[in-house]
Amino acid sequence: MTWLRKAKEGLKAQQRRRELPDGLWSKCEECGEILYHKELERNLWTCGKCQFHFRISARTYIKILLDEGSFQERFSEVVSTDPLRFRDARRYVDRIKKARESTGLTEAVLCGDGTIEGHPLVAAIMDFDFLGGSLASAAGERIARSILQAIESRHPLVILSSSGGARMFEGILSLMQMAKTNALLARLSDAGVPYISILTHPTTGGVTASYASVGDVILAEPKALIGFAGPRVIKQTIRQELPEGFQRSEFLLQKGMLDRIVHRSEMRKTLAWLLRFFAAAERLPHPPRRRAGESLARFRAASGPIPSPVGHAPTAAPSPVPERGTSPAAAPEPESSPPSPAGAKPSTE
Amino acid sequence: MNGTWLDFEKPILDIERKIEDLRGLATPESPEAMEELVRLERKADRLRKEIYAKLTRWQRVKLARHPRRPYTLDYIKVIAPEFVEMHGDRKFGDDPAIVAGFAVVEDMPLVIIGHQKGRDTKENIYRNFGMAHPEGYRKALRIMRTAATFGVPIVTLIDTPGAYPGLGAEERGQSEALARNILEMAHLKVPIISVVIGEGGSGGALALAVGDVVLMMENAIYSVITPEGCAAILWKDATKAEQAAEALRLTASDLLELHVIDELQDAVMRHVRSLIGTPKQELLDRRLEKYLKMGVYLEEATAAANGAPDASPPDPAPPPA
Ligand SMILES: [Zn+2]
Repeated sequence: MTWLRKAKEGLKAQQRRRELPDGLWSKCEECGEILYHKELERNLWTCGKCQFHFRISARTYIKILLDEGSFQERFSEVVSTDPLRFRDARRYVDRIKKARESTGLTEAVLCGDGTIEGHPLVAAIMDFDFLGGSLASAAGERIARSILQAIESRHPLVILSSSGGARMFEGILSLMQMAKTNALLARLSDAGVPYISILTHPTTGGVTASYASVGDVILAEPKALIGFAGPRVIKQTIRQELPEGFQRSEFLLQKGMLDRIVHRSEMRKTLAWLLRFFAAAERLPHPPRRRAGESLARFRAASGPIPSPVGHAPTAAPSPVPERGTSPAAAPEPESSPPSPAGAKPSTE
Repeated sequence: MNGTWLDFEKPILDIERKIEDLRGLATPESPEAMEELVRLERKADRLRKEIYAKLTRWQRVKLARHPRRPYTLDYIKVIAPEFVEMHGDRKFGDDPAIVAGFAVVEDMPLVIIGHQKGRDTKENIYRNFGMAHPEGYRKALRIMRTAATFGVPIVTLIDTPGAYPGLGAEERGQSEALARNILEMAHLKVPIISVVIGEGGSGGALALAVGDVVLMMENAIYSVITPEGCAAILWKDATKAEQAAEALRLTASDLLELHVIDELQDAVMRHVRSLIGTPKQELLDRRLEKYLKMGVYLEEATAAANGAPDASPPDPAPPPA
């Protein structure tokens, strides 16, 4: 009878496929809910039922998060080469070519500057669809240049991560990008320029073991898989099943590894609030900053020219007091919290 | 001679056995045996040179993991017999997979920190095969900060398959522990000399290896992923590790070529002495510069020149409303 059931199921699956023509419907990876593309779009590619956040492209994040038309792409000229002449079944250069064609990006990270509600920022947005959002020489160099740009402009840095880790095809050079980016982030911190790290589904491996985990503020989208080792590797190592919800945003928040979980629909508002807060902090009287800027001149040669950022500080001095009352669901919030997801179930508590 | 030997070492082992046997017979009264002994010793030397010069990358991986290789505490015993080990991260626990402590070498105070593997099964369980948990990396950072407080140079010895991938490690923030060390090591205002003495396994190695100088033993490896892990992902077959080891280019001479390590020698003290007088900011600037230069990439005149659409590509995911 098994064969019959299987055959029937196969038939049903086929019918389902027919009922779901490409481009109209999608099935939620998490809860299986069938979702209209129109509705998905309206919800910024999140499931209305279980709040699962679909993976979206770097350019889509730019559209969602930044002020319209404010984004100026930088460092796109920095691209991968093939230093190890790496090949397995395919050549690394062919993989890059294919990734470029399928994503329209030239690397796994899209860098630039822009504004959010008028507040200037330097942004680096990773794209998982480009070779699993993996970190290698060119991506590392782009991020390094973005960090330098943030130090020189004193505009806050936002890195949104979505990555399987360091890229194998560039071997040890990929690993070294973790040192390169974090060594510069140490200077960013010296200079007193804020760094907000946003973790999305999934962020693992070398990226979590470097810049993604050292933000002054670390935010994550709900239910994102975040960890050092992937679940498969851990399962193989410890030879037991992993607990429900292990390595998801909510688990990390509980373990003290995140500041907040922010629904995609609230991310722009939260970032705007944080940028306003840090802008207010920047205006406080400060003892002279350490010589971050002057000592950096020598690194420009190592890391290419730094463009002057286009962002402008908002004219009216904003108050760092958050708009409260937008989020009745977030009762146990501390005094100075940014607004939390209003429409969505607040996943922070 | 007990212990484990690798297949390609067998010819050397055979001669060494013969030499052992002859030693008992070779006396001044038997000049023939003496001659034979000298001949065999020369042959063993030649064979050793020949075999080790021609090793494949995969064979070097095996050497780097050789169970008879000296580990961190073996080096410490020789160079710093007065070593005083310090314990604990002051947050969660003490991790025996990383040893850290104070030493005085040639009148120079040093902090020495390294991954520690076990020699037998029992010891390996205690040392977790040299795979540290977050508390190991946090202990290392705590003691490195102590070193910086007192201006003491730091020597790190790298020998790990990788940071431990387990439940507790993830719960306690393995990634954060590694990331924090990598960032803080760029900050520490004392000379840092890192030596890859065996296996330099990915982030778990780098988290102790952001040094002013990175040295590597001849038959050590340093890699973004284990050859087995790489093979499992790319070839879908962990037995293709030999091919992966070739592709990854993870030996000391590869890394020298890729400008990741500085030179092939173990003269740690020479580097400590040459760095100790460096002004602190200069030291940090040079360390940063070293890592900024790492990576091989192209700078295209225009992205489009390489056939890459960049200006306004079609969005792979449908745009939001
Ligand atoms: Zn769902």
